[in-house]
Amino acid sequence: MHQLTIAEIIRGLRSKEFSSTELTRHLLGRIQQLDGSYNSFISITEEKALAQAKAADQRLADGDAPVLCGVPIAHKDIICTSGVRTSCASKMLDNFIPPYDATLVENLNTAGTVTLGKTNMDEFAMGSSNESSYYGPVKNPWDTGYVPGGSSGGSAAAVAALLVPGATATDTGGSIRQPAALTNTTGLKPTYGRVSRFGVVAYASSLDQAGPIARNAEDAAHLLSAMASHDPKDSTSLDHPHTDFTAGLDNSVAGLKIGVPKEYFGEGLNPETASRVQDALKELEKLGAQLVDISLPHTELAIPAYYVIAPAEASANLSRFDGVRYGHRCEDPSDLRDLYMRSRGEGFGEEVQRRILVGTYALSAGYYDAYYNKAQQARRLVKQDFVQAFDKVDVIMGPTTPSPAFKLGAKSANPIAMYLEDIYTIATNLAGLPGMSIPCGLVNNMPVGLQITGNYLDEARMLNIAHQYQQVTDWHKASAV
Amino acid sequence: MEWEIVIGLEIHVQLSTQSKLFSGASTRFGAEPNTQACAVDLAMPGTLPVPNEEAFRYAVMFGLAMNAEIGKRSIFERKNYFYPDLPKGYQTTQLEQPIVGPGEVEIHLEGGSHKKIRLHHAHLEEDAGKSLHEDFQSMSGIDLNRAGTPLIEIVSEPDMRSAVEAVAFLKKIHSIVTYLGISDGDMSQGSLRCDANVSVRVKGTDKLGTRTELKNINSFRFVERAIKVEAERQIDILENGGSITQETRLYDADKNETRSMRSKEVANDYRYFPCPDLLPVSLTDDYIEQLRGTLPELPDTKALRFQSEYQLSVYDADQVTQERASADFFEAVCKSCGEPKLTANWINGELAALLNRQGITIHQSPVSAEQLAGLISRIKDNTISSKTAKQVFEAIADGAGNADEVIEKRGLKQVSDTSAIEKMVDDVIAASPTQVENYRKADESKRPKMMGYFVGQIMKSSKGQANPQMINNMLRKKLGELL
Repeated sequence: MHQLTIAEIIRGLRSKEFSSTELTRHLLGRIQQLDGSYNSFISITEEKALAQAKAADQRLADGDAPVLCGVPIAHKDIICTSGVRTSCASKMLDNFIPPYDATLVENLNTAGTVTLGKTNMDEFAMGSSNESSYYGPVKNPWDTGYVPGGSSGGSAAAVAALLVPGATATDTGGSIRQPAALTNTTGLKPTYGRVSRFGVVAYASSLDQAGPIARNAEDAAHLLSAMASHDPKDSTSLDHPHTDFTAGLDNSVAGLKIGVPKEYFGEGLNPETASRVQDALKELEKLGAQLVDISLPHTELAIPAYYVIAPAEASANLSRFDGVRYGHRCEDPSDLRDLYMRSRGEGFGEEVQRRILVGTYALSAGYYDAYYNKAQQARRLVKQDFVQAFDKVDVIMGPTTPSPAFKLGAKSANPIAMYLEDIYTIATNLAGLPGMSIPCGLVNNMPVGLQITGNYLDEARMLNIAHQYQQVTDWHKASAV
Repeated sequence: MEWEIVIGLEIHVQLSTQSKLFSGASTRFGAEPNTQACAVDLAMPGTLPVPNEEAFRYAVMFGLAMNAEIGKRSIFERKNYFYPDLPKGYQTTQLEQPIVGPGEVEIHLEGGSHKKIRLHHAHLEEDAGKSLHEDFQSMSGIDLNRAGTPLIEIVSEPDMRSAVEAVAFLKKIHSIVTYLGISDGDMSQGSLRCDANVSVRVKGTDKLGTRTELKNINSFRFVERAIKVEAERQIDILENGGSITQETRLYDADKNETRSMRSKEVANDYRYFPCPDLLPVSLTDDYIEQLRGTLPELPDTKALRFQSEYQLSVYDADQVTQERASADFFEAVCKSCGEPKLTANWINGELAALLNRQGITIHQSPVSAEQLAGLISRIKDNTISSKTAKQVFEAIADGAGNADEVIEKRGLKQVSDTSAIEKMVDDVIAASPTQVENYRKADESKRPKMMGYFVGQIMKSSKGQANPQMINNMLRKKLGELL
């Protein structure tokens, strides 16, 4: 039963092959049994899940169930769930239970999904290997000696290990796409503003965006259809009508213009990874798509710009964790300064502290123009590259990551090497564009991801292309377990 | 050496919107601590700010009333600092592109002179909560009810040259925000708060001296006294060869002195940057013009109208229009009694004194507009004298009813009957042979003064109810006959 995709579950529940309760029990048992090896969950919400499954079964029996009713999923632990601890994988929020649901959780609850638990992640979504979690690293189900990528490593690993058919995740610089690539899952970061950020604990507000990780494009389309909404509680949420992203999955991709940026195939790219991506592009050509060489000349500015803007925003976003109202508070503070210093020093891990320091520095008097303003200029140039490219092509494709998954601990001592993991994904966030990663092959039995970057609000087309590719290839069906 | 004082004010005005600047929580004053703070105000993880449109409308109305440029594209920034009553660890405010740009306003000084004071800008921002240091053993309490309440911070140019001008500017701002109805302006509840930047320089020089920032001056009186005492302190230092330290100073009203709070040199680096949770706010010309159309008549315009429509003096018109409530009160009284000059005198005189004595506003006046009009009508038709009227006014204020009731009940009606007056005059002449003799012998020029004795006697015997004008005329006639 755990091998079923969301689309298959939707059909199975309606044809009464199984109930949501049966499926939920089965998956909870599997998590119990197997997750010790992957550490992909921080919290398992068995009681709530069974209650939701029971309610879903009733609605299915009554015949008024929405599409996703009874489908088990998991939420990344940075996404607020009412009455359920939302830790951001940090000691700081180890005791934090929000009294509200994130809007995207509310949307999925309304759609009838069943929440099995909260998935592990890099602390406050800062990381590309899922090694910065207070609850320990997540292991890649393809080889537990390897990282699953990050920061949404738990969501990706749980889907790859067939513990759950789909999960929510967030992506600030590649945190959905990079782990999806490294675990052979399908992950989509929507256009900035497509999914409400209300209730998603902020890392870098102008870059954060939530999206789904699933086993294939069709499932991702189902999840995104439920997650996306215009939300008056998020001023940056786009006022866009509700979209059924599954509607156009079967469209033909003949005549599609795929831009292939030369900057994404240069130095630093693993040749095996490059060859899998080239194979995928050829496959799409066979479906009638046309490859167009393009250039995104400011690509090299993306990483430095990101590592100023994201930490700058984070340094302010994380100021609220001060030990005063909720979260970790140090023992017996001697005065206010001591309360702040020790609560934050004890509550935040190394990478979070590093980014707060970098961000604080970048915003300081005398450095602001050289760093923050410069980074904003670079961001505009990066965005402009894409706008110009989309005048000529419909989508842009390339590798999601420079190489397949690396070994646990391989890059922990070298933050810069870790930051380069997101070299192909970060520009998308800076531009606010939708980005996606789909499986496109294996290198030494480790997965490779194909990145699809779309124009603003063009997720339906991206999902359509991915789905068409997945109709003629089986890479997404390759299983870690 | 002659010194010149240079003053600029920063005024925080709490806007009287129903809900907070970025959340739906109520802004009502005086609720139980932390009962008006929602998840957004508490800066719970994952919550986001949603701008309150009403606050923007209020800010634009203020800008229009100040003849200021309106920022058609304004942005919010984060001002970062740690403090327990600042839940997010930053204040959402405006720096680079405020909603209200440069403008100017006229202040009115004693003797009817006017002066223009320039507005540097005004911006929207959220208020912090309150730290409470009493009542908690070795701990501090935090009340976040006020956190997120919308403020406009009004920053003047350093255009004021005396404490009196500073107070006049503050009163003008108070007057404008209450006329617009965008704030209750209540300084005692912190709805209007003022900081003053004060420096001194040798008169005739251009260069600004080193300034200090005065805090805790939250009444008109404290603003005046604090600026005076601070300027004296600075002059004293400079005259003794010292120099001024740029710093924030706290005014101690009990001791009437200012003292150092913290040095600006070690001040925080606030690391301002645009708030990524809020989009730039764009205002269209239509929106601005539409708001301009809804502005009420403002104090300056109203004062001019009162001068022409009611023939009030410049001083009376300025006085009575300073607060919208007193201007409304004036018009209500005037409409009913038709005596603008007397009305202005009563409002600026007896009524103002009464309100001041009781520490209340004109809204809470124990004498209604209707009652004051009734009283003035009785003065006008000679039923009572002005002197008796003061007595009647006090009685009305004490709740004894309206003017007619008081006059009737206490028998205060003025005697204006000619035969009664004549009898009183005859009686006093008959009873005062010595004084009459003296009057007759006296020099012509001294006689009017000597008449005072007879008037006094009559007033005494009539308990002040005799019409003084008639008494005077009758006495002059009768005494004249005796010459």
